[in-house]
Order: sequence, then structure tokens, then C-alpha cells
Amino acid sequence: MGRKRDIFWAALILLALWQVCALLLDSMALPQPWLVMVDLATKLTNGSLIDDLAVSSLRALAGIGLALAAAVPLGLLVGTEEQIGKRVSPFIYLLYPIPHVVLLPLIIILFGIGNFSKIFLIALIVFFQILVTTRDGARAIHRNYFHSMKTLGATKLQIYRHLVLPATLPKILTAMRISVGTSVAILFFVESFATTTGLGYIIMDSWGRADYVSLYTGISSMALLGFMLYMLLDRIEQHVCRWMSGR
Amino acid sequence: MIKVSSASLSFEHDGQFQNVLDDISFEIEAQDSCAIIGPSGCGKTSLLFLLAGILQPDSGTLAIAGNPRCGTILQNFGLFPWKTVAENIGLGLTLKNIDKDRIRRVVDQLIEEMELAGFGNHFPGQLSGGMQQRVALARALAVEPEILFMDEPLSSLDALTRERLQNLILDIIQKRKITTVLVTHSIEEAAFLGRKIIILSRSPAQILKVVDNPSAVSSEYRLSEQFFQQCIRLRELLKGEVNGQEA
Repeated sequence: MGRKRDIFWAALILLALWQVCALLLDSMALPQPWLVMVDLATKLTNGSLIDDLAVSSLRALAGIGLALAAAVPLGLLVGTEEQIGKRVSPFIYLLYPIPHVVLLPLIIILFGIGNFSKIFLIALIVFFQILVTTRDGARAIHRNYFHSMKTLGATKLQIYRHLVLPATLPKILTAMRISVGTSVAILFFVESFATTTGLGYIIMDSWGRADYVSLYTGISSMALLGFMLYMLLDRIEQHVCRWMSGR
Repeated sequence: MIKVSSASLSFEHDGQFQNVLDDISFEIEAQDSCAIIGPSGCGKTSLLFLLAGILQPDSGTLAIAGNPRCGTILQNFGLFPWKTVAENIGLGLTLKNIDKDRIRRVVDQLIEEMELAGFGNHFPGQLSGGMQQRVALARALAVEPEILFMDEPLSSLDALTRERLQNLILDIIQKRKITTVLVTHSIEEAAFLGRKIIILSRSPAQILKVVDNPSAVSSEYRLSEQFFQQCIRLRELLKGEVNGQEA
């Protein structure tokens, strides 16, 4: 498959650039990639990194899942029902630009310092990205599709199921792709406090100990995690948006 | 029987009301075939939307005797690109929660009849314009309509495909004994498929003339002297309107 080859080459080029930079900089803060790759491979095979990777994956996935469950129905509704859209959109515009990360103290008071606070913060930030994209997607559906549904005698619920959701699905998947990047970035932030698991913790901990090889192993693992999530999304898209291929 | 009595319709555009239909009255007998023709932008589509129940008149009434089943073919964006040909054709039945086996039988038969064999699992985007319109026809026919509404179903097709589909529609009208209402901007199409031809004025549309065309809906008619005379007559009637628009 050509795509796998392309990814392989892209990874190789990035590693080569990293190597060049490491040699030029000659600093502890940027270890040579082969040291990091050996460390990564060792920790993956002996299992010491697997738990952290799994915990981080679950936090990211749970956050995105929670956001999806709330943002998609609301986005479809706000984008389709003109009257609701008019009333709700101002709230979205006012709340979206807030740096939601600053709500962390409040979230901790409400939900404690456990996993749920971390997941909730990821969900909160990603929620708005998915909401706005879903709403815009639903709003862009041509009126004639609705006319067509009406002439076929569709009920409101059927219109959502057979028209609004499938028409918006490609946009929702795009939003999820953006969300993956965002959620991994937030993951680092939420795993830098009150936890001893997860890739974010590994990075912070290695940083504190000035163990730069481990630090970059953590960073590489995060890249790997994001990459796996992207691949998962591609699979889902191939499955649910078959009609888009070849367009 | 379809009876329209002094129907008027206006749209709000940039805060101003624009009249689209102005005091329209006519009748179409059951099992008759009626063509509606007029200058482009005159409100033909709006009139069809009114008949098909997509729009409601601002004043006047629309009465369709006996609450018949209706099939509608819209000009653009009628087929759902995310549904396969078979799913599109069966959609009207799916929405009525009819059991899957029966839907499959109806769909298979229509696929055969509309010469779409082998394309049931294709998506509309993978088909030619002519094939897409045959899918649209099949979908409208799947609900076994007593009235068939068509909005410029053939306007985007090349001449040969157009003629082939006109013959197909002719076949449908002859075999199924249904009432058909066809909106078109093609004089030949109106003369070929409309036993009753309603000529609309330029916008806001009023009825300019109702022409009886009893020989229509037969394949021999297309090549007869009478057909050409009728086309010339229709052209003369329309010409005044189009010239007036340009002035």
C-alpha cells in the first residue's frame, strides 16, 4: 500500500532531521534519536511504558467520546432548527473563545483530582470544536434535501437519521481529527498534576530528573498515541463515509 | 383531481416581500398529464412545490381529492449521495417502516425496469446524470404513487439521454395510469408529455393560457406534423413573455 510507504518515509525524514539538529546543537536537551528509539523500544517491549500509554489513550478517548456524545446532538439541532440556532449561537460565540484550561481549579473542586477531572477538561475543550463544526455542517445542507425528505413523508426524527446526521458526518470526522491533536496536547497538561501515570507524567517526571532520553521517549509516545488515533479515525471514515471516496 | 383556486405565494427576501405566484387557478383531472411551462425564474418550481405540499400558499387553496399517494422528483439535490442506489429507491418505503423483504422486492423490480441492473450498490455520485434521474424516477415510483410531480427532471441532461428519458416517462404515464404534473422549460417536452399545458407568465407568475394537447403522450406524436405545429404555437405564446422580460 502506497500510504504505508509514505508514512514510513515521513517518519524516516523526521528522524533524519532530528539527528541533524541533535548533532548541530550538541546539547543534553536534544538527545540523538537513536538513543530515544532504543529507549522507547525497550520500554515498550518490557511493558514499563504500556500502562502509561494505555492510561493516556483511555483518557483521551474518553474525553473525545464524552465531547462527541454532547456536541454532536446539540450541533445537529442548533444547525438544523433555525429558531434554536438563533438563540443558542450567541452563547457558543461567547463561551468558545474562553481558555477553558483556566477552569481547572473549578473542575477539581467539582470532580476531585481523579481521572474524571482530567477527562472532563479534555471533553470540555474538544466539545466546542466539535459543536461548532457540526453546527456549520448541518447548516450547510441544501434545502432541497429537506424538501426531498418531506415529499417522502419523513418524520422529524427520520430527517435527522437519514439526512442531517449522514450529511454532517464527514464534517464531524474532520472535527474529531482536530480534536485528536488538541486532546493529546491537553493530555500533557492534565497529566502534569496529581497523577503518577500517563505519558504527561512521564514527560514531567523525566524533565524534573533531567533525564532527557526518557523525556523524548515520552514525547515520542505521545506522537505515537496521536498517530494511532488518527489511523483509527481514518478506518472509521473509510467505513462510514464510503460514498465520499472517488469524489 | 387537483384543484388550485386563486393561490398566491410570496417570499421574503432582504426584508421585502416578493410575489412569486399571483392568483393562480386551474384543475387537473385524475390520470391526466399536465405540463407547466413558463419563462425561467417565473415561479414554476414554486408552483410545483405548492402542489407537492412542500410550500403552503399565502392565500387561496389547493385541494387534492382523495388524499392520494404522491411521488416527487426534484430538479437538484433530490437523491441522497450517502445512500446507495437501492437505499435511495427504497427510502420512501423505509420511512414508512415497511418490512425489508417487501422493500427489496419492490426495489429489485424497479432497478430492473429502470435499466439500473448491477448498480444497486453504487452511490449516486458514481452514476451519470441520466442514470441518476432514473434512480429518482424509481424512488418516486416505489411508493406506487397516484400522482407524480416532476420539477425539470431532465433539464441537466444531454439531448439523446433526454429523449430516452422522455420516452421512459411516456411509458410510465401510459402503463401506470397515474396523474402527472411536469414542470419544464422545454417546449418540446411540454408538447410531448402534457395533454394539458399550462403556460405561466413571467414573475410573478399568472396563468397566461391553458392549452389542450389531447394527442400528447404517444410515441408517434413526436414525429407528427401536428406536434411541430403545437410547438410553434407554444413558442409564439411564450415569446411575448420572454421578450417582455428582456425589455
